Parts: sequence; C-alpha cells; structure tokens
Amino acid sequence: MLKPPEEHATVYSGGDSLFPLEVSGLAFSDRGRNLVDNVSLTLDGRSRTVILGPNGAGKSLLMRLLHGLLQPTAGTILWGGRPLDAAVRARQAMVFQRPTLLRRSAEENLRFVLGHLPRTARDARITELLADAKLTDIRTMPARLLSGGEQQRLAIARARAADPDVLFLDEPSASLDPASTHAIEELIRAIHAEGTKIILVTHDLGQARRLADDVVFVSRGRIMEHQPAADFFLNQRSDAARAYIEGRLDIGTVDQS
Amino acid sequence: MSDSGSILTLALSLVLSGDAELWSIIGLSLRVSLTAVLLACLIGLPLGAVLSVARFRGRGAVAALLNAFMGLPPVVVGLAVYLVLSRSGPLGVFGLLYTPAAMIIAQTILVTPLIAALARQSLADLHGEYDELFRSLGLSATEKVSALIWDGRYSLSTAALAGFGRAIAEVGAVIIVGGNIEHVTRVMTTTIALETSKGNLALAMALGIILILLALIVNAAVMALNRTARRLAYA
Repeated sequence: MLKPPEEHATVYSGGDSLFPLEVSGLAFSDRGRNLVDNVSLTLDGRSRTVILGPNGAGKSLLMRLLHGLLQPTAGTILWGGRPLDAAVRARQAMVFQRPTLLRRSAEENLRFVLGHLPRTARDARITELLADAKLTDIRTMPARLLSGGEQQRLAIARARAADPDVLFLDEPSASLDPASTHAIEELIRAIHAEGTKIILVTHDLGQARRLADDVVFVSRGRIMEHQPAADFFLNQRSDAARAYIEGRLDIGTVDQS
Repeated sequence: MSDSGSILTLALSLVLSGDAELWSIIGLSLRVSLTAVLLACLIGLPLGAVLSVARFRGRGAVAALLNAFMGLPPVVVGLAVYLVLSRSGPLGVFGLLYTPAAMIIAQTILVTPLIAALARQSLADLHGEYDELFRSLGLSATEKVSALIWDGRYSLSTAALAGFGRAIAEVGAVIIVGGNIEHVTRVMTTTIALETSKGNLALAMALGIILILLALIVNAAVMALNRTARRLAYA
C-alpha cells in the first residue's frame, strides 16, 4: 500500500540533491498516543505532493517531522541519502497555516531572511519577490496590518526568498476566501515552476484537485495510500479515502473554515 | 493642619521659581535613576531574552527567582551594597560608598530583576509565536535573541519605564549607600524623608509634586507607546 506510483518512482540523482526523500517506519507519539504511526514514504523532487486527510489525521505533524521541527519517536528520514540536519533544513522552507510574520514592515520581513546578500542585490530581490506576490504597493506597510491573504502571500514570498529546494505549506489558505486562495495557489504554481519541490498539507479536496500531482492520503496517523492525483481522484484504494471523498461530495466541496 | 494650604502654595512657588537647590536635587535623582535603568536594561533585556529562548534544566527556577526578585526590598539591597562597598567590604578600596556611583549600583541591582522578568514574560509570548519560524529558518540563539528584542521593543520600553518608576521613587537603598549628603548624594526621595522629619514640609512637598509629575509622565509614555504599538500592530 505504501509503494510509490510508477510515474514517481525515484532514482538517486546523486551529488547534491535532497531527493529522493525516503521515510521509513516513522512514528511520533505523545503521552502514549501514536499520532504518526509507522509511516513509510518515498517522494521525488519534481512533483507537487499533497498530503490530504481529515483534521487530526497527523498531516501537519508528518510535515513537521519531515522538516525537522519535531523529533520522531522512531523511524528514519533520509533526504537524498542524508539524515535531516541543519544543512538539509537550510535548503527547505515552511509556510504555516497562520502566517507567522515579524512585527516589521513587509520588506523588512523579507530582508530578515536575505541578510547574507549585499545591499543592492538584496533590495532587487525584495522588489522581485514582492512583485511576484502582488505586494509591491504595501512594501513599507507593517506586515501585521495586511489582510489575511496579503499576510500569507508575504509569508510565502519570505519562504521563497532563499530559493529553497523544498517548500512545505501547512494549510496555507485554510482561513482565506476563494479569491485569496486562488492567488496563493497561483504563487505556489509559480514557485513549483522554478523547480522547487512542493509538499502541501490540506483537508480541502478542491485544493488537492487543483494542485496535486500526487496525493498522500493520511488518516489516524497512517498513510492509507500514495497515488498520482489523477488516479487517486478516480479510484481510491483505501476505504478511508473513499469515505472522505464521498463524505465531502455529500456536503459539497467548499470548505472554508 | 491649618498650614497645609500655605505649604502647598509655598511648594508650588518653589517648583515654579526654579530654586537652585531643588533643581540640583532633581538633577541628581534623574542622573542616578536614568543611569541605573540604562545599566539594568543592558543587563536585564538580554538576560530576559535569553531566558525566553533558552531551554535548559532549571530555567523555571531562574524565572521564578527573577519574579521573586522583582519585589526585592530596597533597604535590603541597600544593606547588601553597603556591606560590599564599605571600607572593610570586598570592594571597599574603591571608596564608592556615599557617592552617586554607589547609588547607581544599588538601583541597578534593584531594577535589573524587574526589567529582566518583564522582558522574559513578554518575549516568551513572542517567542512562542515565532518559535517554529525561527527553527525553520535555522537561526542561531544570538539571532533569535536580537530579533526578539527588536520586535519586542515596545513592550521592552514599557519594562524600562516600569524600572525607571521603581528607581526614581525608591528611598531605602539610596539613603543607605548614598548617605543623603547635601549637594553630593541627596536625591528627591531622601530629601523628602529628611525634610519631613525636620518639619520643612514645603521643600518635601515640592519634591513630592515633582515625583508625582514624573510618575504621570512615565505612565503617559507607557500609554503612548502601547497605543503606537497597537496602531502599528506591533503589540
């Protein structure tokens, strides 16, 4: 059930790549509860992977384990054959459900992660990032006065600033309206087009349909299946995924929490 | 108490007349307390920030200790500094006892735990919010601390003002280590204590008015800072 689909079968690219990502026997428990339970998974470096599942399934925990924000109770995570250390994490970036912005202006939020660049290069990069996120007009505004959609686009722009190999997104549009969600999905597509691996957690089926190349379906801390998106939406192999999709169809696909 | 009206009038005229002695006392008070608060900030803000970020055994105990030291009795601090600075004390050779320097040292010790504890509390909240971002970015402890201090600057200014309020109004420590020597170590609070006991109520009352004005200014500054912080959504 955990075998990766053919299209996404991976080979070692060797050298510097963070891929394939190989997870085996991964577990995370807290106070006796197995929140992530014996998860094994292989991901390539090209696709947009959507981790889909109901609330409380362990999707966000799984993502935090992959990024190294949490230490697993058991199991191994190898990025391109290397254990997850600071050097690996430095080539990844994460966007949180609630945009975590510094109490500074929009541009200062970007400058914060571009400290290593010389001044002119840094300013040029900030201009470019803000333009791509359609935030040019609010460059000097305090970040926390921006609208929810603008805040999340700024958070994504900041995550993108360092040209990460992997971008994790944890329900990036969970609390946004459809127009803001659309803008965020466009931004994610643009970042993917630059060659960044996208790993996105969502419980929104519509978003999964729009963005996923492959779907990892998670329920009760376990991976129930991992399929190319086209196959997954046509034919779910697991009862849990089928129930999830059918349940959603009953109540409509709109899920704006 | 038939005089109380005339005492008040006399006090106000002292304040308004620009009495030289009065203003030299006020000047020394401000110099001592502002210097002490500056030093306490230099020690207390990084200390509070480090405690809000660091994870080590006994962190809770240190925080509890700081919180307890927020309310250090000034006379006890004065006594301790007196013992250290007196002729026979470990730092007696410097001859600092009964100088403004001794008063600055005492007030710094008095105020540092207050500023550090307030800084730790507000920066711990901020750090809770930033923690995952900071770890995702792989920031070093120094980078975290400096980012927290910068982003928490409004609440830290409030902490510094609270420290100043405590220092300027405190009498127990400065009277022990300063000795209340006229034109040398006499500050507002020690003068009030002395002049009241001598029955010279007008000067005491004039200084009391100044102290209350300072308290009002400090509180207005805190409110203005909070309002600015809220307006910019930096609070």
